[in-house]
Amino acid sequence: MKEKYEAVIGLEVHAQLITNTKLFCACSIKFGSPPNSNVCPVCLGHPGALPVTNKQAIEYAVLMGLAVNCVVNEQSIFARKNYFYPDLPKGYQISQFEKPICENGHIEVKTAEGSDKIIRIKRIHLEEDAGKSIHDQGSDTLVDLNRCGTPLIEIVTEPDISSAKEAYEYLINLKQIVTYLGICDGNMEEGSLRCDANVSVRKYGDKLGTKTEVKNMNSFRNVERAIDFEIKRQIEILEEGGTITQETLLWNADLNEAFPMRSKEESHDYRYFPDPDLMPIVIDEKWKTKITSKMPELPKVRRERFIKQFNLPEYDAEILTSTKDMADYYEAVLEFTDDYKSASNWVMGDISKVINENKISIKDFSISPKNIGKLIELINNNTISGKIGKELFEELLKSNIDPEIIIKEKNLVQITDSSELENVIDKILSSNSIQVEEYRNGKEKVFGFLVGQVMRETKGKANPQLVNEILTKKLKG
Amino acid sequence: MSVSKDEIKNIAKLAKLNLNEAEINEFTGDMNKILDYMDKLNELDTDNIRPLSNPLETYNVLREDELKRSIDREDALKNAPGRNDEFFRVPKVIKSDKK
Repeated sequence: MKEKYEAVIGLEVHAQLITNTKLFCACSIKFGSPPNSNVCPVCLGHPGALPVTNKQAIEYAVLMGLAVNCVVNEQSIFARKNYFYPDLPKGYQISQFEKPICENGHIEVKTAEGSDKIIRIKRIHLEEDAGKSIHDQGSDTLVDLNRCGTPLIEIVTEPDISSAKEAYEYLINLKQIVTYLGICDGNMEEGSLRCDANVSVRKYGDKLGTKTEVKNMNSFRNVERAIDFEIKRQIEILEEGGTITQETLLWNADLNEAFPMRSKEESHDYRYFPDPDLMPIVIDEKWKTKITSKMPELPKVRRERFIKQFNLPEYDAEILTSTKDMADYYEAVLEFTDDYKSASNWVMGDISKVINENKISIKDFSISPKNIGKLIELINNNTISGKIGKELFEELLKSNIDPEIIIKEKNLVQITDSSELENVIDKILSSNSIQVEEYRNGKEKVFGFLVGQVMRETKGKANPQLVNEILTKKLKG
Repeated sequence: MSVSKDEIKNIAKLAKLNLNEAEINEFTGDMNKILDYMDKLNELDTDNIRPLSNPLETYNVLREDELKRSIDREDALKNAPGRNDEFFRVPKVIKSDKK
């Protein structure tokens, strides 16, 4: 039954820009400040206070537009979006309507079948955030206006997304781009990235169905779940002969269900008009070129470079470039070793395990890239064995000091002196004469046991290849 | 172009204004006079003229992203009709996630 239908989805994403100050005044946008401490006459909406636009916010919005292949409008203007709500003290939000800062871009995403699909971006506009209302403290609503005026970009797609999975992929890509650009921290849980979804379904070939808007999804997985839920809900209604009501639903992550918002039925009449307090923004070629010069290497390009330059499998490149911080860490390790693949293995393996277990960012990982690079070199030049390498890694976790000091202090240097190893091996052979006899009678498995004994005796420091060589020679001899 | 009394009532509602019957009549008349004048202006051929969003000819009035001291909370809350030590206090509103 589901096969007859296709979903048509468009996403609206709000991304909080990481500027120092608000969009139209010089108050801090710092999260977690005491309530109503980062406010001034402009963001409090006092009569007569005049907004002045933050240049950095404009540049961030343009950078985003360029990163997702948009046209940057030469002229854009701010508009007032009028609505009444206590966390919006002016009675209007300064946003953009007719002439947004960027239009007509696209992002590529991987579909479930593994092919690339283009999701068109209709527009990117700048606007200010509202304050925060607290409803659950006593009989009144409390309002904190610290967030009021925080710069946001809203990124609106065309309805090109056709499944919850695709929406998820799009968001992951978007997060990667904003964090690579360093314009937003991309944290959905903390609300610095927010996503609303417009969802409708139709039978294949039919005209567009009635859409609903789903809000209040505060994680990437919840966006996927909420869209899946809404697609199923709409199909069920249609299959039972019903019709879809155009409405806004709020996702409840605890119940895994979306419920219609209990707001009064009032059609939104925002009465947009150009804000007379603000002059037009003109982005000429010169300014655009200057902003373009600040464009960092984007995830896709970096991924491809990793494959080419470091000869890495696609899988490695994908994981290493999944965050800018991880890719930066990896390249920092390569300042100290040329063993690209080992460096990749350490970063994707042991290091990722530690940061995932401790739920930290690789930026906060205690071992420096320099010491990881040195560790790899110490293994590669046979100073220590791979097994001791793991031990050294554990030691480095305890204290991030020069690995060479640790191996000297802990006496971890690999035994590559064959006369020293011969002594150990002679000792093992004489105390295991039964096993030696078994081996000589053709039971070759015993070889592994004898290697193990040598390793135990040397506390893992024996060079394994050398042990194999000497042991073979002595057993055959 | 003209507006009806109902439209005036709706606009007043959106602007949180309470108008009595006499005022509604008065504003409907005023508003229609303004719109009649707009119709007069519309007789002008503006096909090849760029829309003007601001009568001043300046653009890019911008500031650098530098922090300045905000005002004290006490001052921020001073004129509020309702408050506690830290917050503005308003009649309970239902939860909705507008931005």
